Amino acid sequence: MRERDVPQEGNRTLAGHRKGVYAIADDGKLRFVPSRGWEVEEIVTRQAVEDLERRAMQARARALAGESSPLEYHMYRARMDLELLSQVTGLWRWRVRRHLKPAGFARLTPALKLRYAEALGISSEALDRVD
Amino acid sequence: MSSLLRHHGLPISEAMAFGLASALSFAYVPFVRINGMPLVSYRMPPRAIIRGLARSLGLDIRFETFRSPSAGMERLDALLDSGRLVGLQTSVYWLPYFPPDLRFHFNAHNLLVYGRERDEYLISDPVAEMTVRCARADLARARFAKGVLAPKGLLYFLTTPPAAPDWVRLGRRALARTARIMLAPLPLIGVHGMKLLARQIERLPLADGGEHARLYIGNIVRMQEEIGTGGGGFRFLYASFLQELAAKTGYAALDGLASRLVEIGDRWREFALAAARMIRGRDALSPPALAERLRALAADERLFFQSLHRAQRAWAR
Repeated sequence: MRERDVPQEGNRTLAGHRKGVYAIADDGKLRFVPSRGWEVEEIVTRQAVEDLERRAMQARARALAGESSPLEYHMYRARMDLELLSQVTGLWRWRVRRHLKPAGFARLTPALKLRYAEALGISSEALDRVD
Repeated sequence: MSSLLRHHGLPISEAMAFGLASALSFAYVPFVRINGMPLVSYRMPPRAIIRGLARSLGLDIRFETFRSPSAGMERLDALLDSGRLVGLQTSVYWLPYFPPDLRFHFNAHNLLVYGRERDEYLISDPVAEMTVRCARADLARARFAKGVLAPKGLLYFLTTPPAAPDWVRLGRRALARTARIMLAPLPLIGVHGMKLLARQIERLPLADGGEHARLYIGNIVRMQEEIGTGGGGFRFLYASFLQELAAKTGYAALDGLASRLVEIGDRWREFALAAARMIRGRDALSPPALAERLRALAADERLFFQSLHRAQRAWAR
């Protein structure tokens, strides 16, 4: 890549940050050139973020309809999945899966609730709500 | 890492540190999954990079991990108060200064802490152009995040100042190691890893309208461009290392290799562009076409690293 070809397309996922690319300057040497972003990066980053957001919104709808527990919504909102939530809390996957259902969630002890809340970086009371 | 060495009086560029650590690589690890996607990496894991650099430069680096966050934070405070620079492995999700769209549960991020003021740590992070600050509680969370590649509070620092390096000897060894990794006869690593990934891409199911396939190839491109410093899955960074090494040692063959690698890096960028166009629906989704590009890249890199290996052997001492 030549220095003048370094994309400066303004990738909004960088939120104003710049990142560098190594590109060939006119003297044939590679140089570190700051870039405002490349559309390709923006596309793939937004794709991943939107996928997580979509999963969170679907979980939210399910929770409001009573088909699933608020925990599922909070899990996706924290950009986690079943596997990661199980690793972060140190609970077996089948237990987490049970707590993702409304009946299992209703039986949660305050201690377990706190464990989930801490893993997700929210308060225990916020875990009950779907906002 | 290079700023850690510069602080200790060894002027070394990021590219040089990357190259000497033999950090360039390719790996496709289907059984390690991050957010349901297989791990695809264009470099060695951070800990291996630091160890590789330490070994080649004869540095004394201490690594420490901790069971409890409070012990880990106390140790960090003690080291900072004694005037040391401390490297940390963290998750990016819990770092508040990160752009929100880039905050994923990715645990193998490295940053450098150079001081603290009351409850805030002063940090030099490769992601930010300038230095940043981070509150104690947030940093503790980021250091002790759990999950795949959990950092366990890993911190590292130099115990003795680095000596003046012998560039020829170090360079030869680093090149040999990288060529060996890229041409390794193992299915997941190097050129073979690319071929295997190409086969996986080809087999992606399209029955769901291609949704899964789009996320899968998007993940590959993210690992290449978002994580990769300097673009093109670190290929440009390594090319810069080759140029620098050529200039330092006068071994001109490396200059030619650098230009070839830049071309390969450009082709990685074209791969990313083609993938992104398919993700956005500007081009029809065609995993076989991407697999074909990846195979061509594997063939190019195979030839390139064979040349690199020959150049290294022909390098007269």
